[in-house]
Amino acid sequence: MLVWTNRGRRTVVAVFAVVVLVLLVAPLLVVLVAAFSGTWNGVLPGSLTAAHLRDALAADNLASLSTSIQTAVLAGLVAVVTGTWAAIAADRLPGRLRTVADALFHLPVAVPSVVLGFGMLVAFSHRPFLLNGTRWIVIAAQTMLVFAFAYSAVSAAMRRLDRQLLDVAGSLGARPSRVLIRVTLPLLLPSITAAAALSVALCMGELGATVMVYPPSWRTLPVTVFGLSDRGDVFGASADTLLLLVATGVLLLLIGRIRQRVRT
Amino acid sequence: MTAAVEAVLPADAARPRTRRARLGGVSLIGPLAVLGLLFIYPLVTVVEQSFEDRLGRPAGAVAWHTVLASAEFRTGLLTTVEIAAGATVGCVVIGTFIAIVLAFVPFPGSAAVARLTTVILAFPSFFIALSFAVLYGRVGVLSSIVQSVTGHSEALGGFIHTRWAVLLAEITFYTPFVIRPVLAAAQQMQTEQLRVAASLGARPWTVVRRVLLPELLPSIVAGAGLCLMLTLNEFGIILFIGAKGVLTLPVLIYTKGIVAFDYPSAAVLACVQVALSMLLYLLGRLLVARIGGRRAGLD
Repeated sequence: MLVWTNRGRRTVVAVFAVVVLVLLVAPLLVVLVAAFSGTWNGVLPGSLTAAHLRDALAADNLASLSTSIQTAVLAGLVAVVTGTWAAIAADRLPGRLRTVADALFHLPVAVPSVVLGFGMLVAFSHRPFLLNGTRWIVIAAQTMLVFAFAYSAVSAAMRRLDRQLLDVAGSLGARPSRVLIRVTLPLLLPSITAAAALSVALCMGELGATVMVYPPSWRTLPVTVFGLSDRGDVFGASADTLLLLVATGVLLLLIGRIRQRVRT
Repeated sequence: MTAAVEAVLPADAARPRTRRARLGGVSLIGPLAVLGLLFIYPLVTVVEQSFEDRLGRPAGAVAWHTVLASAEFRTGLLTTVEIAAGATVGCVVIGTFIAIVLAFVPFPGSAAVARLTTVILAFPSFFIALSFAVLYGRVGVLSSIVQSVTGHSEALGGFIHTRWAVLLAEITFYTPFVIRPVLAAAQQMQTEQLRVAASLGARPWTVVRRVLLPELLPSIVAGAGLCLMLTLNEFGIILFIGAKGVLTLPVLIYTKGIVAFDYPSAAVLACVQVALSMLLYLLGRLLVARIGGRRAGLD
């Protein structure tokens, strides 16, 4: 409806196709194909192989994947629970105090992941909170990185919530805890699962903070991918990235399932 | 009777409100404790660290003087800002174009492209760097295409390790962050305005400039702000591309802290990076609020 002539339309769509092809499609396709490539010194890969994927599914690498999944699920869970808690609690505050709390809970967004990782490294390397060298420092770092996103998603839904439903439940004699469990949380469920999906996806691919704090015993998959890529093994790194993306997709599907299950 | 009711009502109406507020204050303790321990405490320790020496002894502002006076820091800051600004401009131009085409020049498959842009948002940034190694490497896909056309081998040379490759990679990865808000705003727009403008004889470019862009401005600014902050803090892409000459602040923090164990210098750099990022964040919130308010006032 913007471009009325046929020629104009064709030009716009052609430019658009080139941009989308170079920017969105090519990178995706290339990583996918590289995961199955033996050699690639031309326009197309020289030979195809499943060896990289086999390596990616070898015991050593699967441990890395398991580490990633455990970290992402735990960090995502903590972030979503505290984020939801913060969103509901902040919503009850009077005007100005609420603005302050809202800004405070959003603040982690503005702190770079490398800085947060470095901060954790410095803060948790000595007493009273000695976490350095354990898996907990990785989980703590990822929790904090996604907390603000989780809070943001739930508090936006909280603001759109129909207050009257809560007031009616209260006026019918339901105690605040009952209103919370039977009315508020079910109404917020779509945003809570959306926050969970976003948190888990971000944690699965997190590198900046993790690379600052991870102990050798708790290597996430992105750290392994970085190791491979650093040694020049682009194909192995691609196979691992593919594995990471598939695992993330499965996790997101599971989160979607939970949402449906709770609804019915 | 009525007086009695009136006397009771306001008090009754007011009571739940204060109780709700008090409950809120109490239950905020949990999230605040988490935020305090995992966010505020580490940041405060970083500030403390920047005033100590490598062994943790108080050293005054020595690290600050050394770092801020170093050429490394100045080029690092400049490189960071240059790449972030360049990438943001690129993302805004390309992202706005893609969003406008998706919303107003529909074609078969445009819904799939729109969905693809949201999927990419959930991807880790290093995946772009990986694909770049294959696409634009010394013997990569583009290099081969150029060779088959012109006969020059390794036409791209060491492009992959330059700051231009980093810039291109960041534009590629962060463009969807502009597409999404602009597309959302564009899809909510009423299209009558565009039709009226066109029926009055305005050419497409004039409609875009005079009607569309002003209307989409708040969402473009929001996307640009997010982009600028994320590119200022981007680390994975540069680390993966392995561009040795591209030393942005996050890369410097990593090399000082993890590779050289020079915590005080890394702490100073971290403080500067946080200050930069926070400043931008606050500026962005103010700007979005102002533009949003102005447009709301107009409408």
